[in-house]
Amino acid sequence: MGGGARKPTEKGKKEMACQLLLTDFTLPLKSLKLSHSGLRLKGRSIGLQKASTTVAYYGLKTPPYNLDDLEPYMSKRALEVHWGVHHRDFVDNLNKQLGKSDILYGYTMDELVKATYNNGNPLPEFNNAAAEVWNHDFFWESMQPGGGDMPNLGLLEQIEKDFGSFTNFREMFVEAALSLFGSGWVWLVLKRQEKRLVVVKTSNSINPIVWDDIPILNLDMWEHSYYLDYKNDKARYVSTFMNHLVSWNAAMIHMARAEAFVNLGEPKMPIA
Amino acid sequence: MALRSSITRRTLTLGLNSTMLLPLSRSLQTFSLPDLPYDYGALEPAISGEIMQLHHQKHHQTYITNYNKALEQLHEAIQKGDSSTVVKLQSAIKFNGGGHVNHSIFWKNLAPIREGGGEPPKASLGWAIDTHFGSLESLIQKMNAEGAGLQGSGWVWVGVNKELKKLVIETTPNQDPLVTKGPHLVPLLGIDVWEHAYYLQYKNVRPDYLKNIWKVINWKYASEVYEKECA
Repeated sequence: MGGGARKPTEKGKKEMACQLLLTDFTLPLKSLKLSHSGLRLKGRSIGLQKASTTVAYYGLKTPPYNLDDLEPYMSKRALEVHWGVHHRDFVDNLNKQLGKSDILYGYTMDELVKATYNNGNPLPEFNNAAAEVWNHDFFWESMQPGGGDMPNLGLLEQIEKDFGSFTNFREMFVEAALSLFGSGWVWLVLKRQEKRLVVVKTSNSINPIVWDDIPILNLDMWEHSYYLDYKNDKARYVSTFMNHLVSWNAAMIHMARAEAFVNLGEPKMPIA
Repeated sequence: MALRSSITRRTLTLGLNSTMLLPLSRSLQTFSLPDLPYDYGALEPAISGEIMQLHHQKHHQTYITNYNKALEQLHEAIQKGDSSTVVKLQSAIKFNGGGHVNHSIFWKNLAPIREGGGEPPKASLGWAIDTHFGSLESLIQKMNAEGAGLQGSGWVWVGVNKELKKLVIETTPNQDPLVTKGPHLVPLLGIDVWEHAYYLQYKNVRPDYLKNIWKVINWKYASEVYEKECA
């Protein structure tokens, strides 16, 4: 367990910001691809129909910071359990299921989430595996040491355009988190069709990519995410996330990538 | 500690004099946290005292507080004839009211070992379990499987269909009471599988929590309810 042994220097922080999960928003391709952190040996090496016993699929991606870098807002202990046990178990479950399924094996993470969502009737592979792996990979990236504060430049402009003001957005996000019944996630999402940012809350493991929208940030509202540090004080957990953990750097990078797929407006041409 | 069910009454009367047809003033009951019939630490080591205290004083209390708030808003909306608010409040009432109902049953479903917790059911309920499930072990196994398989938050129940006089095992999501799975279903035994019910002690190993909770299950209460419904 444990990420790299780097200290978060300025340069290091920029590097961390670049190591983001580059999610694939193109249409699902059915060809075999190498995953971002897994090896595929199935059926290739020996010319036999099925490979021998050692095959690897998805690996547990480490967060782009050390497990104690988010103290005191999210404790090392919480991350050790949340990442080291929960997230690891999801990855193990996913790999176990992929081992049994010839169809799903070979999909990228995005394809897996969409396929196992099954148009609203999630298959077992969705809940405890694919979607939760995706959601948690994204969650670690949605946070950073020294997070919080506000976005700037284009993302701030877009937020102000779509929510009125950053304060309005923050209120909506917090309200969504606190009004969620049961387990689920809260997202800042770029809607592909409507070409705007919205706050969305989803139940259990549901992820906005199943509706073809583009996540910018997420927040885990399952009790396991905050219970060790905050017990039942959801409000304090959410406001701490907004004040000290949320990574607007990550959000800006997700947004920049999203703009390659969603045209958010005409370029401003100067009138001669 | 004796179990005092404390439902206090607070009357809200209408002070309006108007020629409009007004509904009769209704008194608005508010609810308060029932006492536990045992100490917080009495269920150890199956359930830790820390969890029991948080679960009772914080979680259950929050459901009650929000339930009362929602009821008050509902009362106002009904008085004003504001249908869209009445409908809008339904989900908050179902969630918080359900939370109150479910947890009130849950505290009675548990008992310290020295007060009979974990003792297998006898008499009519014991016989019904053997008839329907084959054995108590088989019921426990099925409950544990359903409980472990529940996605997200919810409850797993042993209930009785009072029309058909049959035992059932059901799960409900979030805080939905058992009756949402069937109008004739009466809960005998509910196990809370929300993470807050076991996380501090068992982390994500819900199956261990389910295995251990049977040591403090109060079958006497379940038998009483069963006999009342199926006398």
